[in-house]
Amino acid sequence: MAFDDDIQMKYKEMLANYIQELTEQALYEGQRFSWKAIEHKIPPEEIINIHLKVLKELFPDIPKKILDSFDFLLEVMVGYGLAYQEHQFLRGRQLELKSEIEIAANVQQALLQTNIPKVEELDIGVISVPAKIMNGDYYQFAEHENTMSVAIADVIGKGIPAALCISMIKYAMDSLLESRQNPSYILENLNRVVEQNIDVNMFITMFFGKYDFRTNKITYASAGHEPGFYYCASEDHFYDLQSKGLVLGVDRQVKYEQYELNLFQNDMIILLSDGVTETRTKEGFIDRAAVTSAIRAHLHLPAQQIVENIYKDFEKMQGFQLRDDFTLIIMKKNV
Amino acid sequence: MDGQSCVMIMNEWDIVAARQLGRHAAKELGFGAVDQARITTAISELARNIYHYANGGKIYIDKIEEKEKKGIKITASDHGPGIPDIRKAMEDGFTTSGGLGAGLPGVKRLMDEFYIDSKTGEGTVVQVVKWLR
Ligand SMILES: Nc1ncnc2c1ncn2[C@@H]1O[C@H](COP(=O)(O)OP(=O)(O)O)[C@@H](O)[C@H]1O
Ligand SMILES: [Mg+2]
Repeated sequence: MAFDDDIQMKYKEMLANYIQELTEQALYEGQRFSWKAIEHKIPPEEIINIHLKVLKELFPDIPKKILDSFDFLLEVMVGYGLAYQEHQFLRGRQLELKSEIEIAANVQQALLQTNIPKVEELDIGVISVPAKIMNGDYYQFAEHENTMSVAIADVIGKGIPAALCISMIKYAMDSLLESRQNPSYILENLNRVVEQNIDVNMFITMFFGKYDFRTNKITYASAGHEPGFYYCASEDHFYDLQSKGLVLGVDRQVKYEQYELNLFQNDMIILLSDGVTETRTKEGFIDRAAVTSAIRAHLHLPAQQIVENIYKDFEKMQGFQLRDDFTLIIMKKNV
Repeated sequence: MDGQSCVMIMNEWDIVAARQLGRHAAKELGFGAVDQARITTAISELARNIYHYANGGKIYIDKIEEKEKKGIKITASDHGPGIPDIRKAMEDGFTTSGGLGAGLPGVKRLMDEFYIDSKTGEGTVVQVVKWLR
């Protein structure tokens, strides 16, 4: 290591030069030296020691008391040196953790991967963006012969714990969907799974809907999930998708009421997570009306473009800092 | 091996006595100013742990020689409660003192060699070595 070897000589040269000329340029050399020293992991107490040695060479008759004072300074700086090394170490750990989490997020993505049905009857648009690296929102589509189901869930909480929880929900859903049961049955079963397996401090909300292509009817139930909207095209009006039901995992015995709605041409069902309605701007939280007016502004577009545009608008509104996972689904009745 | 010396750690002043002994030996061995400061910092940490957690113990200072290498060996030994989870105690950022002192990971960094042995209910031995370069 060339730098380590002649570090003292270099330091002497720079210091002598500064003392001689007292220029800003000479000082700037000192700053550049510090970058190199940091790069070579030279602790602060070592720099002080070098400074002391160089001083002795440059000024052979410094009073002993002044030289002794450096012992005191060294003692103080050893503590700083350790704090600095710990910082460097933790920084490395932090990078390691980050890349581990990124890998986990990819695994999660693969696990949660769901195909958005391509059907004549419905135009479907979906966007789901995590606030941090891992997503605590979840949605899932499934197609059967004459029906299609859609689920959207949100774990109260963010980040890794929420994401782990979601993976469990997904696993339970996969087997429940096999049963092709109606929404209240699905939620009641899932509620029991959650109640048995998940920490008491973790709550999950879910909306589950089933659309029948023969009757154009959507049947749905909700476990305390942020209410979606129903857009009635003939009235050109947005209604809250009314539904009552306790969040999952609180009470084993809970029953979920089931609701029905007939869809006609250009009607829409809008599902969302609370990350959408809790978008925070400088003026405070936006209200639900802001969501519907945003949809109205893009009404003429295909569903996928509507959700993407709304995401971009809302992202901008909150200064490009997502505070909560953001999921928005729009299903528009064609023909 | 060359003469061992030892300080009983019963109260806070004994920490200074242990440092004193260590500095003396380090100087005699020819350690430079920076290494002296590192060695005494390590001694403080070990002595402080004895004082805080073990209700007393001993610090031994040895000058050692091995294959033309010379060095200083510090042994901190106590019959306190022991450390239940050494791995955790050795983790960076685990110190309970919240920034007061370097803790065991710091001691390890300051020295060239580090051994720890601890049994719950029996006590703790920490042994560290710094070689003269
Ligand atoms: N000699 C000892 N006897 C019992 N416990 C100890 C001893 N030394 C350290 N410990 C335990 O290990 C932990 C970590 O010690 P240390 O790294 O010195 O950090 P700190 O003293 O700042 O907590 C201490 O909080 C204490 O619980
Ligand atoms: Mg300590």
